[in-house]
Amino acid sequence: MEEKKTLGELRKRFGGNILEASAPFGDETAVIRKDALLQIAEFLRNPPFAFTMLLDLTCVDYPGRPDRFEMVYHLFSLARSERIRVKLALPEGAAVASLTGLWKNADWLEREAFDMFGVRFEGHPDLRRLFMDEGFDGHPLRKDYPLRKRQPRIPPRT
Amino acid sequence: MARLDNESPDSLLLQMGPSHPAMHGTIRIRLELDGERILRSDVEVGYLHRGFEKTCENRTYFNLLIYTDRLNYVSPLINNVGYALTLEKLMGLQVPERAQFIRVLMSELSRISDHLTCLAAMAMECGAFTVFLYNMKAREFIWDVIEATTGARMTTSYIRVGGVRADLHPDYPSAVRKAVGETRKVLKDVHGLLDKNKIFLDRTRDIAVMTPENAIAFGWTGPCLRSTGVAYDVRKAFPYLVYDRLSFDIPVGDRGDNFDRYMVRMREMEQSLRIVEQCLGSLPATPATRMADDLEPAEAILAARTKRPRGGIRLSPNLEGSEKAVYRDILAGDHRSIVPPKEETYASIEGLISHFQFFMKGHGLRPPRGEVYSSVEGGNGELGFYLVSDGSDRPYRLHLRAPCFHVVAALEELIRGRLIADVIPTFGSMNMIGGELDR
Repeated sequence: MEEKKTLGELRKRFGGNILEASAPFGDETAVIRKDALLQIAEFLRNPPFAFTMLLDLTCVDYPGRPDRFEMVYHLFSLARSERIRVKLALPEGAAVASLTGLWKNADWLEREAFDMFGVRFEGHPDLRRLFMDEGFDGHPLRKDYPLRKRQPRIPPRT
Repeated sequence: MARLDNESPDSLLLQMGPSHPAMHGTIRIRLELDGERILRSDVEVGYLHRGFEKTCENRTYFNLLIYTDRLNYVSPLINNVGYALTLEKLMGLQVPERAQFIRVLMSELSRISDHLTCLAAMAMECGAFTVFLYNMKAREFIWDVIEATTGARMTTSYIRVGGVRADLHPDYPSAVRKAVGETRKVLKDVHGLLDKNKIFLDRTRDIAVMTPENAIAFGWTGPCLRSTGVAYDVRKAFPYLVYDRLSFDIPVGDRGDNFDRYMVRMREMEQSLRIVEQCLGSLPATPATRMADDLEPAEAILAARTKRPRGGIRLSPNLEGSEKAVYRDILAGDHRSIVPPKEETYASIEGLISHFQFFMKGHGLRPPRGEVYSSVEGGNGELGFYLVSDGSDRPYRLHLRAPCFHVVAALEELIRGRLIADVIPTFGSMNMIGGELDR
């Protein structure tokens, strides 16, 4: 079973930093400690696992939890045709390590997460909003941002 | 990517877009120039941000399907398929074989229309207006089929969770054959117009070259990744629907330049036409008898006030609602996950109750708690949906992995050091779709 191998290997190597490893609905998922993100990501990217592609990076907001945000990374290994999901919990106001050094598209993906959720990424070269205007107030994908909130139009910059 | 506020006194700052005549899609590129050479640039997206993900969190699973049409609006059917497959994965729904074939057929027609549109715009922006007209002509034939099947040209909402909205039109084989034939002719003409065209080659050959390693690091998928020589296609790597039963090849390029991105799309259309023809062979035709010719819906409702009407109701298998008889073939058997047949809704109290139950707030589609990621091969590459369900009737979070997001993220690197004129074909070959990128 190729699938079990990745998660098993992760557990063996990173022990306490892997909080949970399972495959709900067939999607392999590892929940990790926030501080171990960089070393686990780098380990997964390099051979033998070779998850050379960062498929997706996003965030989910759980206002009720003590660690409000959950970062979700989807990695893909072209050589082994395998996907893995890596998740970590993040308290509000805390920063998470940036993956821009490992995957180039992390640049825009992290800017999007910063824009939509206000998550800060440590080590990102140019963390600013991606979709919204620079004068936008708040982070629209947070659960406490009202669906129909309006904001004044930004006057043209001179 | 750097901000451009500290440009040197010798350089010129030029704003390109967000509404530029030679670029389709609203995107702004700020260029720092030395003469015509691009020193640095800053790509600004978000002009078409409609809050797709936020909206979806506030719509029921059934209702948000229409918003997926508006993502990649050139191939809305593939978005529908991607969303439906994600929810089906979470709910464990089995889709009948006929519906799977219809989905594949519709996806491939959409892929062709997507590539045709992209290449039409790219060629036009390079000055080849004839190619634009030819491609649009072919697209019309394809959209005729799509229109006869779904009732709409662009915002189709045809693929439903559990199957498809309606069966194919009884006349579809001839319409599809016509579309396939016309598209083949156009492809041949376009090959003749562009493949050895000096003007086109000068603007595309060896311009904006992407290496395979870099493409992977940027998360490129789809035709753009394949143009660099990496043969990754979701349809082959993670076969969904009935793609594992169909034979088709994955065309790849070898240089990863603008011309390869054009060529890969051209050759992919030929493969899609092959798939369409195979679907045509595997799909039994829709019997014309399915068009019941008894009562008009209004008459049936009137008649049902006194006694249950015995005859059928004249609903075409397409636009006005399917008949019960075709449901078996095109929708999953799970009654709680599909809209009940219109005959039952109109003619029996039980049918009416199940109709209300499906659409009532808090009822309808309620997948179990959990999260899934599922993807399909869209026109631009891997179109993935990440869905988090809290067990209610609306998603807790729905995130779209937009393929052209990753492609456009590399634009800055590709045009650095090149001329302004190179921005146009480079951007054109990326097929940036605002609806998908900005969401």
